[in-house]
Amino acid sequence: MVLDDPKARVEGPGAPQGRDDAPWQHDKKKDELEHVGKPIRKVDARSKVAGLTQFADDMTLPRMLHMKLLRSTKAHAEIVKIDTAAAEALPGVKGVLTGKDMPTPFGILPVSQDEHALCPDRVRFVGDPVVAVAATEEEIAWDACRLVDVEYRELRTIGGVHEAADHDEPRLHDYGVRGNIHRLENLEFGDLKDGFERADHVREDTVWFEGNTHLPMEQHATLAHFDKDGKLTIWSSTQTPHYLHRALARVLAPLPAHRIRVIACPNGGGFGGKSDPFNHEICAAKMSMLTGRPVKIALTREEVFWCHRGRHPVLMRSKIGVTKTGRITALDFHSFLDGGAYGSYGTASTFYTGALQTVTYPVENYHFRGARFFTNKAPCGPKRGHGTVQPRFALEVQLDKVACDLGLDPAQMRLDNLAERDSLTANFLRIGSMGLGPCIEKVVEGSGWKERRGKREVLANGRVRGLGIACSSYLSGAGLPIYWNGMPHSGVQLQLDRSGLCTVFCGSTDIGQGSDSVLGWIVGEVLGIDPLDIKVVTSDTDLTPVDLGSYSSRVTVMTGNAAMQAAERARDILAKGVGEKLEVPASRLVFHGGRVFDAQDPEVGMTFKEAIGFTEAAVGTIGTVGSYTPPKSPARFRGGGVGPSPSYSYSACVVEVEVDPETGVYSVPHVWMAHDIGRALNAAVAMGQIEGSIYMGLGEAMMEEMAYRDRSHKGKRVFVHKIPSMLEYKSPSAFEMPECTTYVIEDPDKNGPFGAKEVGQGPLLPIMPAVANAVFDAVGVRVDENPISFEKVFAAMHAEDKRYGPAADDSGVPTVDFGESLKVKTPWQGGDGKASNDPHRTKKAAK
Amino acid sequence: MTESNKVLATFQVNGEPHEVAFRPHKTLLEVLREEMTLTGTKHGCELGECGTCTVQIDGTSVLSCLVLAVDAIGKEVRTVEGLACGSDLAPLQDCMADLGAAQCGYCTPGVLMAADALLKDNAKPTRDEIKEAMAGNLCRCTGYLKIFEAIELAAARMRGEDAEPSKESIYGA
Repeated sequence: MVLDDPKARVEGPGAPQGRDDAPWQHDKKKDELEHVGKPIRKVDARSKVAGLTQFADDMTLPRMLHMKLLRSTKAHAEIVKIDTAAAEALPGVKGVLTGKDMPTPFGILPVSQDEHALCPDRVRFVGDPVVAVAATEEEIAWDACRLVDVEYRELRTIGGVHEAADHDEPRLHDYGVRGNIHRLENLEFGDLKDGFERADHVREDTVWFEGNTHLPMEQHATLAHFDKDGKLTIWSSTQTPHYLHRALARVLAPLPAHRIRVIACPNGGGFGGKSDPFNHEICAAKMSMLTGRPVKIALTREEVFWCHRGRHPVLMRSKIGVTKTGRITALDFHSFLDGGAYGSYGTASTFYTGALQTVTYPVENYHFRGARFFTNKAPCGPKRGHGTVQPRFALEVQLDKVACDLGLDPAQMRLDNLAERDSLTANFLRIGSMGLGPCIEKVVEGSGWKERRGKREVLANGRVRGLGIACSSYLSGAGLPIYWNGMPHSGVQLQLDRSGLCTVFCGSTDIGQGSDSVLGWIVGEVLGIDPLDIKVVTSDTDLTPVDLGSYSSRVTVMTGNAAMQAAERARDILAKGVGEKLEVPASRLVFHGGRVFDAQDPEVGMTFKEAIGFTEAAVGTIGTVGSYTPPKSPARFRGGGVGPSPSYSYSACVVEVEVDPETGVYSVPHVWMAHDIGRALNAAVAMGQIEGSIYMGLGEAMMEEMAYRDRSHKGKRVFVHKIPSMLEYKSPSAFEMPECTTYVIEDPDKNGPFGAKEVGQGPLLPIMPAVANAVFDAVGVRVDENPISFEKVFAAMHAEDKRYGPAADDSGVPTVDFGESLKVKTPWQGGDGKASNDPHRTKKAAK
Repeated sequence: MTESNKVLATFQVNGEPHEVAFRPHKTLLEVLREEMTLTGTKHGCELGECGTCTVQIDGTSVLSCLVLAVDAIGKEVRTVEGLACGSDLAPLQDCMADLGAAQCGYCTPGVLMAADALLKDNAKPTRDEIKEAMAGNLCRCTGYLKIFEAIELAAARMRGEDAEPSKESIYGA
C-alpha cells in the first residue's frame, strides 16, 4: 500500500520482471513438479516442536538490563511535569528516558509520522508510553516506574466517529484534514446517476463493524545492544524489519542506517499486530546507547492490548443498485473509520475500505467516500484482511438482502455475476486468474445448499438450522511500497557451496505462515534438490537483501518470484558448467532428485554437489541474485496506489448455524470453505492457513471486540479499555472450532511463482457475513453489526423490524463534508486511469 | 555476608536434578526460564489465561505461571525439552511437525505438554475428549484442527498402528 504522496513521487526504472515467456512457470503441470504441492514438513517445524526455537524473550546477553515503560493513565491530557528523580535514585536503576530524549517523530507511513517513542507533551490514549526505565532487574524497573511522578492536565476525550466528527476541539493532532478528521477520500468512477437510473432495484443499508485485535500468543519483545564499535543490533518480534530499520535510523540520527542491524526473531504470531515500528523497540535501542549495555523489554499482555494496531471499528453506509438478475449497476459506499490515537497504517486502511468491492463482482459505476477520525483509543492499523474485511461484511450482507428482495438464490445470483478474469475493474485494478466460480460451486455442492437452505429445519434440541453464503477476494501483496521508490520489493541471494549446500538469503520474515519454507520449496524445485537440505537465512538487515516485510499476503508471490529468478540464474550457470563437462547441450540437462543429468540418457549425469565443484572450478565462486517488483498499476489517479496487486485470491464459504429461537444463542457446527490460491506450494501448510483464517474469522464473528468503558468519574470522563486480558477478551478455544470442509482451488496466475497467489488472509473475510446470513436463514433476523453476539440476535428477534444494528436510515451516520470527488472515467467509458479533475496533478502539470 | 533473600533448592526437571537459587515469590515458569534457562516453556499472559506455559507436575498438566516454584520442589517436573528421547522426537512432536500443527510455534510447547498428559491416561481419545483436554491451550494460527489430527495420528502410532494422515486433511476435500 502506498501513500499516494505527489511530493515524494520518484519514478524508478523498476527491476526486471523476469523473462517474458512464462517467467514464473505458472503453466507447469502438477505431475511435472518434484517438490511443489507436496506436504513437505516446514524448514523450522522440528525446532518448534522441540521447544528449541528462540523467540525474542528467550534471548539474554551478558550485563543485560531490563526496561519497563510507564504508560499514561489518562485518555487525553497534556503533560505538565515529569519528575524522575526518585526513580533515578533507586539502587539498580541504570537509565531513565523521557520524550525529550527522542524528539524526532516517526510512523509507518511517510504522511502520518505522528508518533514519538515517548510522549513529549501530550498523551492521547490510556497506555500511551511516557517514561522508560532500565534497571539490573525487572522488579527494580517496575518499582522505579511507580516512583515516577507525572502531572497531567486532562483534556476532553473523543470516544468515537460521531463525537470526532462533531468536535473539532480539542484536536488530537495538528495535521490531517481539519479538527479530528485524519483523512477524507472521495473517489467517483463512472456515472452513478445513470447507474442508479438503470437499476431495477435500489436499497440502502447501514452496518457497524466493531474493532478487534490480533491477540498473538507471543507478547512483543525486543533486545537491543549498542556495542563498542558504535553499531546497534536489535532483535525484535517484528513483521517488518526493513521498516523498523528505517524508523530507527530516522529517530536515532545521527546514527546512520548502515550502523543499525535489525534481526526479526522467530515470531510468535503477528496477524498485522507487529508490522509498525513500536515505542518499546526505539526506547530499547536508545536506552542501550545511553547505558552502553544490552537492554531487553518484554511487554505484558495488557501492554499488547495498548499496542493494538488492530481492526478499525468502521461504520458503513452503502447504497446499491442492481438489475433484476443481481448485476450491480451502481454502488455508493461510505465508510467512517474510528482510527484511534495515531495514524499507523490508517491512511492505507481508509483507502482499503473502498478498494476490493469491485474485484469479486462487476460494479459498473462506483463512488467511494472514506473518512478516518482520531479518537482517544489505542491506535488501529492492519489486522488480517486490513481494511477490506469490514466493507466485505457490509457488501456480502447487503447482497444477501438484495437476493431476498429479488427472490433469487444468493449463491446463484453471485454465480451469475462473477468478475471477469484478465479484466480491469471500475477502479482500475487488474484481475488475473479468477477461480470464484468453482469456489462457489464446490461449497454449494458440499454443504447441500440447494436442499438445506431456507428450510429452517428444527433439530432435536429445539434449535433451528440455517445456512449462509458469502464470498471475498484478497490481494497477493500491495502493488506499491509504503515509501515511494523504484527499488525491488524483494531481493534474494543464493550461495552454492562445494559441499553441495545451497543457501538462500532473503529479508523476508516468517511469522508462522511458512515464508522461510516457501524459499526452500521454490529453490528446491528449480535446482532439483531436497528443500530440507537448503539452508534458509532470513530477516537480518546485515545479511539478507531487503524484503519489505510480512504484510498484505505479499511474501509468497514476491519473495517466491525473486527466489525463482535467483535459482534460475544459478541453474543456468551450473547447466553451462556441467554441459561442457559432459558434452551435453545445457538445454538438455535436467535438475532432479539431487542430480544433474541428460534428459535423453539419465545415466549421463552427476550429483548436484559434483555439478557445483566442476562449475566452480570453471567459473569461480557461484552466487546469484534475484529480485521482484510488481507490475505497474494502470490506476493513475491520486489514491489509486492502494488496491493494485500482482494477483487476487478468491474465496467462497457456506456457514451452518444452529440457533436457539428462544435465547438467540447459536453454534457453528460446520463451515465449508473453498479458496482459489492459484497453486498450493505445500498442501498441508496451505490448509493450515485456510483453517487459521476460518478460526480467526469465527472469533471476530461471534465474540471478539475491543470494547472501551466510557463513563464519567467525579465529573471527568474515564475512557479505558474494558477487557485488556485474554480471559475477558474472548477468543475461540478448541471447543468453538467447527468441523471444516476445505476445498483448495488452483487457478494458476501468471504473476505468481508456479502460479501461486495469496493464501493466508482471504478466507477470513467471508466468515463474518456468512454467519450473519446464516442467522437470517435460521431465524429470519438481520444483525447488521459485527460481532454477531447472542445478545444482538436475541434483541433482533424482539425488535419490531427484526433487525439489530445502527439506525437503518442515514441518521445513524455522521455528517461529513467530503468535498468534491475525484472523477475517474471507468475503463469501459474509455478512461485512462487518471482523474479528470485532480487539483494536485493539474497544478503540477501546469507548472 | 549479608543474609540472602533467595531460596536454594533442587528441582527434578525432565528426570535430572537442577539446583538453583531464586526469590521465593517467583513462579515455576520464571524459575524454569530465568534460572534454569529452559526457555522452551513460554508465557502469553502470566495470568493463567492462555496455556502457553503448560508443563507437567507428577504427570498432570498445570499452568506453570500459576504455580509458585517452591511448590514444585520434590515433584517430577516435565517440560517440552524433556519430550524428545535423545535426538529422536516423540511421536506427538513428529506428527505435529509433519501436519503443520505448529505454525508460529509459540503455543506449541504448551499444547504438546497438555496433549502428552492426555495420551498418558487415554490411549484412544475421541475428538471430543481431545477438545476437552486442549480447551485450555489457546492458539491463534492453526484453528486447532491440525492439532487435533496430530494428536489422533500420534495416539494411533503409539498404539502400534501404522497410521497415516487422511488425504483430506493434507489436500482438502
